[in-house]
Amino acid sequence: MLVQTHELCSVPSFDHDYGMEDYGKGVARWCPGCGGHSILTTVQRVCKDMQYEPEKTVVVSGIGCSGRFPHYMGTYGFHGLHGRAFPVASGVKFRRPDLNVFVVTGDGDCCSIGAAHWVHAIRYNMKMVALLFDNGIYGLTKKQTSPTSPLGTHSNTHPRGSVLPPINPIQTTLGLANVSFVAQTVDWNATHLYATIRKAAEHPGLAFVRIVQRCPAFMRDLYGDIAVNPKNLILLSHENGINLKPKAREAFGRVIEHDPSNIHKAREHAEIHDGIPIGLLYQNTANARYDEYGAHNLGMGIEEKKQNLESLLDQYSTSNSVE
Amino acid sequence: MDYNVSGDILNEGDRIKPRKIKQAIVEIVSDSGEGAQKCGQSFGAISAKMGNGVWTVEIIPAEIQPPARSREGASGIRVRIGSDKVTNMGNHADLVIALNEQVVYGRIRQDAYNGNTLMFIENKWAKSEQETIRQQYSEALLKFKELGIKVVEIPMEEECLKLMPDPRKGKNMWILGLLCYMYDRDIPKAENQIRRIFKKKTDAVIDLNIKLLHAGYDWARGNLPFRYEVTPMDVDDDMVVMNGNEALSMGVMASGIELCSMYPITPATSVSHHLAENFERVGGIVHQAEDEISAIGFAIGASFAGKPAVTVTSGPGLALKTEFIGLAVMAEIPFVIIDVQRGGPSTGLPTKVEQSDLLAAIYGEAGDAPKIVLAAATIEECFHFVVLARKLAESFRTPVILLSDANLATGVQPFPRPKIDPLWLTNPIDQSPWKDGAWPFEWDENTGTSKRPIPGQKGGMYTVTGLAHGQTGKVAYDPEINQASVESRSRKIASFQKSLKPPSINGDPEGDVLLVGWGSTLGAIEEAVADARAEGLKVSSLHLRFLFPIVPGLVDIFKRFKKVITVEINYSDTLGNPMVTQENRRYAQLAWLLRAKTLMDIDCFSNVYGQPLNPEKVLKMIKRELKIENSEVNV
Ligand SMILES: Cc1ncc(C[n+]2csc(CCOP(=O)(O)OP(=O)(O)O)c2C)c(N)n1
Ligand code: SF4
Repeated sequence: MLVQTHELCSVPSFDHDYGMEDYGKGVARWCPGCGGHSILTTVQRVCKDMQYEPEKTVVVSGIGCSGRFPHYMGTYGFHGLHGRAFPVASGVKFRRPDLNVFVVTGDGDCCSIGAAHWVHAIRYNMKMVALLFDNGIYGLTKKQTSPTSPLGTHSNTHPRGSVLPPINPIQTTLGLANVSFVAQTVDWNATHLYATIRKAAEHPGLAFVRIVQRCPAFMRDLYGDIAVNPKNLILLSHENGINLKPKAREAFGRVIEHDPSNIHKAREHAEIHDGIPIGLLYQNTANARYDEYGAHNLGMGIEEKKQNLESLLDQYSTSNSVE
Repeated sequence: MDYNVSGDILNEGDRIKPRKIKQAIVEIVSDSGEGAQKCGQSFGAISAKMGNGVWTVEIIPAEIQPPARSREGASGIRVRIGSDKVTNMGNHADLVIALNEQVVYGRIRQDAYNGNTLMFIENKWAKSEQETIRQQYSEALLKFKELGIKVVEIPMEEECLKLMPDPRKGKNMWILGLLCYMYDRDIPKAENQIRRIFKKKTDAVIDLNIKLLHAGYDWARGNLPFRYEVTPMDVDDDMVVMNGNEALSMGVMASGIELCSMYPITPATSVSHHLAENFERVGGIVHQAEDEISAIGFAIGASFAGKPAVTVTSGPGLALKTEFIGLAVMAEIPFVIIDVQRGGPSTGLPTKVEQSDLLAAIYGEAGDAPKIVLAAATIEECFHFVVLARKLAESFRTPVILLSDANLATGVQPFPRPKIDPLWLTNPIDQSPWKDGAWPFEWDENTGTSKRPIPGQKGGMYTVTGLAHGQTGKVAYDPEINQASVESRSRKIASFQKSLKPPSINGDPEGDVLLVGWGSTLGAIEEAVADARAEGLKVSSLHLRFLFPIVPGLVDIFKRFKKVITVEINYSDTLGNPMVTQENRRYAQLAWLLRAKTLMDIDCFSNVYGQPLNPEKVLKMIKRELKIENSEVNV
C-alpha cells in the first residue's frame, strides 16, 4: 500500500504501518443487515489506506443508531448529543489542524434537531468528512417519521402515513452558502462507498456525503428493491468525480456524465426521482475555510502572550498616564 | 446660597478654595445617544487615575432608541468617587446633570435623589418653540423643587453652540469640563482621556472635544460659586481601572484559555467584543456560533481536543446550554461557562441586574449533574475568578460556571494590577503517549479525580459518551457501574469542597443579625453593615464566592447570630402578601440553598426592581428586623 502524507503533517513519511485492526474496537451492535456495518468497515479501510494515525483521528457523532459509530472505531471518539455532532466536531478541528475529523450523523440528527448546525457547518467548510446515514426513519427510538421519510411513510408517529414531503438532504446542502463537496452513495455498493469516502477524505474542506442506508428493522421496503437491483442506481461519472473501474460501471442501469464543478447541473441531478443518482455532485476546492482562520494564530509562546497581556493591562493602568 | 448661576456671578472663580469632601455621587441623565455614559466613564477614569476610589453604574433604557424626552428613555450613568475604596453605587446623588427634565422623573421613581441633591438642568427647554415642552419643563422644575431638589438651570446648549452647530453629540465633553472644575480634576488627565476615547476618530474631532472640555471648565469657573475636592488615596499599588466585562475578558486572556465560543446576548456580549478586539494578540480567538447550543458544543469540542475554552452567556443562553453542560459533567470535560446574569425569566429585563440564575446554574440540568459554581463579587474578582475557574475545571475535570451580573458588567472600579503568572498561560495539551493500559476515567478512589487522554496521545484512544460509562469509558450496561460512576463524579466535588476554608466574617463573629450575600451586592451590604455598626447595631455580614460546592463552616457561624438573612437581587415572596403563608413562601435562591444545606431557619431580603442594591435599603431592612422604629434613613 502506498503510504500517503497527510497534507498538514510535516513528517514526510510514516514510520508506521497501520492495519485494519488498528481502527476497530468492539463488536458493532447494529441489527443484522443494517447499513451501518458496511459503512463502518469502509471508513476503517479508508483510514487504513490513508494511514491516519488512530490517535490523530477523531470521530464525532450525534445520537441515533448511527451515533454508536465512534464506539466501534479504534480512534478517539465523541458520542455527544442528539443533533449536535457538527458543533463539537467544529470545536475539535478549529484549533487542531493536525487531527483528522469525521462526523457521523443520522437523518433526524442532521436534518431535524441539528438542522441549524448542518447549515452552518457547511458554511464553516472546515476540513472534515461528514457522513449522513440516511435511513429515512428514526431508528434508535423505534420508527418515528424522519424529515427524509418519503411522503406517506407509515410510522409510529404517523400511523396513517406521513403528511409532508421529505427534505432532500443533497439538494438542501447544494443550496447552502460556501458548500464545497457534496456526494451521494449507498451502503450496499462497497466499491462506490469506498471510492466516495476516500474522495471525501482527500477533499480540502467539509465533504458532505449522504449515504443511503438500509434499515431492515424499520424500513425494509424503502430500499429493498433498489438494493437488490443495481440498475436502479444512476452513476454520476466524470474524470474529476468518483471513478469506478469499467467493470464496476457496467452494473449500473444508467451512467450520466456530470462535471462536479457545475453546481447548476448538480442541483438538477439531485432532483432525479426515478432512481438514486450516486457519485460526486459538486466539488469546489477554492472555498473559504474557517479552520484556517481558527488556526491562524496558533502556537504563540507563553513569553509573547505575557508580554502582550501586560501591554493590554497598561491601557487600564492608572499610573501609565501619558501625561 | 443663590444657585441662579446663569449670569456671570463670579469672575474670579479660580480663587474659590475647593471644599474637601470624602465622597461625591454624580449622575448624568439624558436621552440615549447623548453620550452621558462616555462622559461619566471618563470622569470615573480620570478620578481613578488621580487615585480616588470609583464605582460607576450605567443607567440603561430597555430600548436601543427610546423616543426623545421620555421617562422610560432615561439613559445615563452614576459615578461615585471617594477618598477611600468605593464598592457600590451609594444612596442618593449629590449632583445630577440632566439634559432634559423628562428623564429625571424615571430616576426620581427609582429613589435616586433626595433633599440634598443638586440638579443642573439644560435650560434650552424653557425657550422651546413648542408650548407643550415649555410647559412640561416649568412643571417639572416646580415638581423637583417640591421634592427638595435644588434646581439650577444652566445654558449647556447655548455654550456649546459657540463651538459647534449641533451640540447633541458634544455636550457630554462640555459637561466633563464642568465636572473637572467642580471636583478639581486634573485637566491634562482629562485631555488624555479624550484622546483615548476618540482614538479612532480624526484629529479634528479630538480637538473639538478638547475645546468643549475647556469651555465647560471655563464656564464653571466663571459661574459656579463652589468647588470640591475629593482627596485621593495613598496607594502604592499599581492600579488598573476597568468594568466587570472587561475584567472578565482580561481574565479569560490571562487564564490561558484560547477560545471563546459565544452567541451575542446582553449583558454578556461586551465580554466577547473586548475579546474580539484583543484576544488574537495573545494567541486566542473568538468564535461566534450560530446559537448558544452550538457555542457551548464548540467549546466542549475544543476542550476535548486539549484547547482551553470558555463560553460566555446570559440567562436565556444558559437555559439553552443545559444539555451540553450535563454532557460535560457526564463526560468530565473541563471548560468554563461565564453567565453575566440579567433579569429573567425568559427575555426578562435584558439590561438590568438580577441574581436569578443561581439555582439554574447549580441544578439546571436534567439528571444528576454536579459541577463547580462560583460567583464574582467585585470587578477584581471578575478577573481572577476566570483564572481560578480554568484551574478548577482542569484539576477536577469538570465544567465550572462563573456567575457575574449586569451590575458588575458595566460597573467600573480600580483594583490592584494583576500580576500575571506565566503558569496561568500553560496549555494542557500533552501529546506524550498515554500511560500504557490506563483507563480514560481512572477515578481515584478517595478523590474521584482522574486524568484525561487528549487526542494526539498515542494509546489514549477512547470515546467520550454521554451514556452511562465506567472507568474504561465503555458504555455501562451494569447498574452497579452507573451507581459507582455517579458517586465518583460527586466525590470529586466533595473533595474540592474539602479544600475550601470557612468564609471570613465582616464584623463581629456573633450578634443579632448576620447578612449573607453573593455576587455584586458585596459593597452595598458591607457599607450598610458599617453604617449599622456605627450606630451600635450588632450586625455582621458574610459573602459567598463558592456557591457549589458550598463553603464549609456555615452552621457554626450562623449559630452565633440570632437571625440570618440573605440579601439578594432575585424574587422571594413577602409574608403578609395575599396567599403567602409560612408554608408556601418562596425564598430567595441563596436562602433556599442555605436552608437546605444547614437546616436552619434562614430568612431573605430580596427584590427584582432591576436596580443594584443600595446600602440604605439594606440598612432600613436591618432596622426593621431589629425593630428600631423611626429609622431616619428615609428622607
Ligand atoms: C434532545 C434529545 N431529543 C430526543 C432524543 C431521542 N432520540 C434519540 S435518537 C433520535 C432519532 C434518531 O434518528 P436518526 O437521527 O434518523 O438516527 P437513526 O437512529 O435512524 O440512525 C431521537 C429522537 C435524544 N436523545 N435527545
Ligand atoms: S434500527 Fe435500523 S438503523 Fe438502527 S441498527 Fe437497526 S437496522 Fe440499523
